[in-house]
This record gives sequence, C-alpha cells and structure tokens, in this order.
Amino acid sequence: MRHSYFDYNATGPVAPVVLRSLAESLSEVYGNASSIHYFGQGARQRVEAARRSVAARLGCDAREIVFTSGGTESDNMALFGVARRAPGCGIVTSAIEHPAVLSTCARLEREGHPVAYLAPGADGVVSADSVAAALRGTGIVSIMHANNETGVMQPIEEIATICRAAEVLLHVDGVQAFGKAGFPAGCDLYSVSGHKMGAPKGVGALYVRKGVALDPILYGGRHERERRAGTENVPGIVALGCAAGIAYDSAGIAALRDRLETGVLARVPACTVNGGQSPRLPNTTNIRFDGIEGEAMTIALDLKGFAVSSGSACSSGAVEPSHVLLAMGLKPEEARSSVRFSLGPGNTVEEVDSLIDAVVECSAHLRRISATFRSEEAVAHA
Amino acid sequence: MPELLAVAMSGGVDSSVVAALLKKQGFNIAGLTMQLWNQRRMPELQTGETTGRCCSLDDVYDARRVAEHIGVPYYVVNLERQFEESVVEPFVSEYLAGRTPIPCTLCNTFIKFDQFLTLADSVGAGTIATGHYARVSYNEESGRWEMRTAVDFSKDQTYFLWGLTQAQLARTLFPLGEMNKKEVRALAEEFDLPVAKKPESYEICFVPNGDYAAFMDAYLKQKGLAAEASAGAIVHEDGREMGRHAGAHHFTVGQRKGLGIANPEPLYVISTDTKSRKVTVGSGDALMRSTLTARDLNWVSWAGLGAPARVNVRIRNRHLPAPATIYPLPDGRVEARFDEPQRAVTPGQGAVFYSGELVVGGGWIE
Repeated sequence: MRHSYFDYNATGPVAPVVLRSLAESLSEVYGNASSIHYFGQGARQRVEAARRSVAARLGCDAREIVFTSGGTESDNMALFGVARRAPGCGIVTSAIEHPAVLSTCARLEREGHPVAYLAPGADGVVSADSVAAALRGTGIVSIMHANNETGVMQPIEEIATICRAAEVLLHVDGVQAFGKAGFPAGCDLYSVSGHKMGAPKGVGALYVRKGVALDPILYGGRHERERRAGTENVPGIVALGCAAGIAYDSAGIAALRDRLETGVLARVPACTVNGGQSPRLPNTTNIRFDGIEGEAMTIALDLKGFAVSSGSACSSGAVEPSHVLLAMGLKPEEARSSVRFSLGPGNTVEEVDSLIDAVVECSAHLRRISATFRSEEAVAHA
Repeated sequence: MPELLAVAMSGGVDSSVVAALLKKQGFNIAGLTMQLWNQRRMPELQTGETTGRCCSLDDVYDARRVAEHIGVPYYVVNLERQFEESVVEPFVSEYLAGRTPIPCTLCNTFIKFDQFLTLADSVGAGTIATGHYARVSYNEESGRWEMRTAVDFSKDQTYFLWGLTQAQLARTLFPLGEMNKKEVRALAEEFDLPVAKKPESYEICFVPNGDYAAFMDAYLKQKGLAAEASAGAIVHEDGREMGRHAGAHHFTVGQRKGLGIANPEPLYVISTDTKSRKVTVGSGDALMRSTLTARDLNWVSWAGLGAPARVNVRIRNRHLPAPATIYPLPDGRVEARFDEPQRAVTPGQGAVFYSGELVVGGGWIE
C-alpha cells in the first residue's frame, strides 16, 4: 500500500539537499569545533556558516543564534534562562502553547513564579490586549508564533510593541512558523526546531536578541558563548543551516491545503475548520467532523494509507483531546471530533485528491456506525 | 484486501497469541490496545512495579513489540473517560453501598464489547478477536449465538462474559476457547513472541497490589469526596462488639483476613452495612445461603426464562457451578434455589447460569 504523509507539523522528512550536507559532515567533518587544529577549524567553520545561514533566514546577527538540541530545549532555555534570574517574577503565556512551554511554565510556577495562562478567542488568536491586561510584575511573556494544531498565527508584532513599552522580555515559540512565516519584529527570544523544516531531529536554535541576559540550563564547557554547554552537534547544525537556505513554497502549499479544505467541506456535511477565519500557516487545516471520533478517523485513514493527526499522543501513544481546541472554547466532544491535516513540500495534487476521497468515505462510514450500531444493540436487547 | 479484523491486544501472552494465530491464518488484522486507566494518576499507590497492571507503559510496549514482530499495524486507543464512567465509578459506588462489585464484567459489557467494538467498526473492522477463554458458536435452529465454557476449564472466563448481547457475540471471535493454556504457551514459543515467557496477572487491573481499600480512599480523595466519617463497629452475629474498623467499604463478604480481631475460632465477614457503618462477623456456617436473587438479567444461549429450570449457578469466578433451580420472578428478576447451601453469596457479584457447558445467562446478585 502506498502511504501519503499529511502530518508535517509533527515532523517531516529530511530534504535531499540537507541529507547530502548531513552525510558529508558526518563522514568528513569529525573534528571538535572547539579544537584549535585543522580538524577543529574545519568543524568550526561549518558551524559558523550554519549560524550565518540561520541568522540570514531570521534577519538577525549571527551572534544572536544559539544552537540547541531542538525546540523543546530552546523553549526551556528561554523561559528558565530569563525567569530564574529574577526570582518570583511573573510569567504571561497562553493556554494554547506547546507542552514544551506549558510544562516549563508549570515548573517555574512551582519555583514561585506566578503564571498567567491567557485564553485565546474562539478564533484561536491570543489578543494583544489580553497580554497588555495581564502584565503585572511580569518578567517574561511567551506566546507562540503559529499554533501547531490549528496553524493560527498570533499577533506577535503587536504583542512585541506592548512588551517593549512595558520593558518586559518577549519569548516566541517559532517552531511551527520558522521558515514558513517571516521573523516577527520586536521579539527578544525565538525558538526554532530543525525537523519541522527539512533538517533532522535533534537540532534547533534559540534566537537571543543582543543584550538579553540568559542563565544557562546546562552546565559544562564554554560552548556557544557560554550560553549552551556541550560539544556542538556539527552534522545537525550543518543540516539546520542548509535547511534554513531552502525557500518554502508558501503559495504552492497553500493552494494544496485550500484544495483539501474546500474539497472536504464541499463533500462532507457538518464539518467546520477550527480557526479557519484567522490568519493561518499556509500548510495547516484543522477540521471538525461533527459526531465523529477524530481518533477513529485517524486510525481508519492510516489503514487506508494517509497519515494525519488528532490531538496529541500521551506516553502510551493514545490520543487525548487537544488542549488547544478546548482552550478555544470547543466542548470536549468537539475537540475529539477534530482532525489535523498538515501539508509539506512532498505533497501532490493527486495525493490531496485521494485524501479527500478517503475522508469522504471514512466520515460516511463513521457516521453510519455511530447511528446504526446503537439501534442494532437496541434490537438485541429487546 | 480481505476484511479487516481488530485484535484487542493487552500485551499479555493470550491476546498476543490470538494476533499471531489470526495473522498466520491469513486474516487482515490490526492490533489495538485500549488505554483504560492512567496508573500515574494516583502516585501514592505506585510501588515501582508496573507490569501486569492495566495500561502500564510496559504492557503497551509489549503489545507494540508483538505487533511489530508479526508485522501488523498497531494503535493505542484512549478509552480512559469511558472506563472511569462505566467501570471505576460503579466499582467505587458499589463498595460504598456495601456490595462487592466485579469490575471485569462491567468492563467486558460496557468497554471491550461495546465502546471498543464500535471503535473497531469505525476503523473498518466489523469483527474483533480477544484472548478470552470461552467458546461462541451460532445455533441455526434457535437463531442465537451460544456461549460455552472454555475447553480448559481452569482458564474459563465465561463468568465475566455473561453480559454480552447477541449483537456483540455476532462480531466477536475467541480463538483460545478451544485451547488449553499449555497449547497457548507452546504457540507463543512457536511464534517466537517477545512475551512468550511473561507471567499472567490475575488482579483487578486498575487496583495496584489488589489493595482495593487503598485505591478507593485515594480515588475518593482525588474526587474531593474524602470518605466521610466511616469508622464503625465490628459486631459478632450474636451481638457482641468485637472491635472497630475504619470504613465498612473496606470489607467484603466472606473475608477472613485483615479483620484485626483475635478470636479462638476463625471469623468471617457475614455482611457489611455502610449506612449503619456496621460490619457483622461470624463463623463460616453463617455464610451459608440456599437462595439468591439476581437482577438485570442478560440471557445468552437461552432467549429467556419462561418457567423454572434446572441449571448450575456460579457465584464467583473460581466457584464450581452449583446445581440449582431458577425461577422467573414477575418483575424480571430471577430467584435461584440451590440444592445445597452455598458459601458467601455476595451482593454485587454475578450469578451465572450454566446448562452443562452452555452459558445460559446471568445477572447481578442482590
């Protein structure tokens, strides 16, 4: 069976050009970037070239980029790094953040930092006004650039203006948006992950605006300007630098996403796009199918060869209703009936069209069951 | 592609063998594990030992490994909400009402053969298979699905399956009903399953170490329903007060251990009354009963009970079915009159009626 991938927000394949750079640095560049000899210098040059490439993509100075092991570490570094310098300072974040931010905030809460979790509107947007209203003894604000489940973009530049005026640092989780949307002006810290944009898992970066003081969260050698200890993951960093140079075909992917969305909405009754009225990433659509278990649809589609997602997996792999959709005011059963489709550079029109057919077939089957299974039961009991 | 069949995989030997066997027989199967309970929810009950308990990460890991080994798609499905509603909450409230509930039957009736069956159907599998030891076949003459005890009577699980409806039986396979445990183990070895040597578990899956009293206290506390003043007296059937207890719901009829009373003769719990908070104890003889009434009947191999009938009645899982006559009561309940008095007829447990190896039906003991 052919398998098509529509879960690019979870992760994606390594781009072919990135794979070549990765293979080259794995096999040939084995020096430690901190060593002074020829081999070390070779590694150092590649790390710095990658840093310039990521900085160029963001439009910042290369010295403002710290390489990390991925988005989760970047988020941890930003929040712990800032908050622990100011014991007891407040934190303002939103209820739709990724667990990498939410769990870190929960930890900081236990360390004595009051945390405000702002609710988004029904449109999935955390308003700048709500941020302004929540600032009180705040040391750091952390709001994501684009939501991973709905793709809804947050008004970062407006929020940045407010934070700047209040002299509060702003961290932005840019894991989903990096490479797909422009770097928002005015943020102080910005998290980036490699594997969502063509680099492998296990590498990421944190933009730290010049002048922002950050305590490290790992202790060891003096790597990354004493901001992140640990021998540089040279192949990963090289790959991230290479991936940062690949242009993202926003228009092409948005066209496929729109084709999928309109196709499904036209052919499946009683479905809605969560956050559909808001500015969104070009590749994401989150569709609610009334009366259908999203988990069942995800499994049924997988068995037909289409990889999609519903909610986030817990430690066992079972799916829990999305905290993002619940925060947007959906009822638990509405959140459970939602499915996320996230596209990427590998998808084709043919794949999208067969996915639409499969979704139409699955939703009809699922709705038939939820009605008829119960009536069969009733007959059996009678 | 042949029609899809979903195998309920727990990570144990039995369901793993079912999956491997059906795959070998050429069925198009998918493995599904039900995530029913989060063991980390009440950390105070944790002992560090995680295998053999429901939905532990180790069991999911094992099930996933088996699915990979035999080469079938595998998914974990979340039924925690439904499990709490249909199994855990009734379990706790039955105990609080002074009865001794049997969660496995509730789980089979409302989760495995209801929610799970629907879910399997949703993903394209009209039929499911499980590792239960029971036999099911269709009787053309009566037009009913019939259930029989497992060939290996020591493994028979029909005591927990009497709540299944005809619609549920029609869509379920129990491939192990014709096998004994030895054969199943041998198949596990033959298929080289990664769980071939895994020990069996018998306890109530969501109650660590079988300590249901500790479980209930922790659960009630978490729900903000901290067991109110529930301490009371332990009274002998002759009226003497023998001691005190911390909560009548910590006791079950027939219980001998853990009473905390020194007495020359062994004492058993005869009854518990959570309203008066009285636990009555007495000698083993006081536990003997010659009748019982069962409510909420489900008829399996028979369509119903029109007239008194001779059957064997099983009143707990390891109980040897005892000869009795069952009488239909006008309100739909059934009275069973045993030929010989039976020990510890416990309200809240199931009474399952057998005619030979045929499972006739069953109900809840009042």
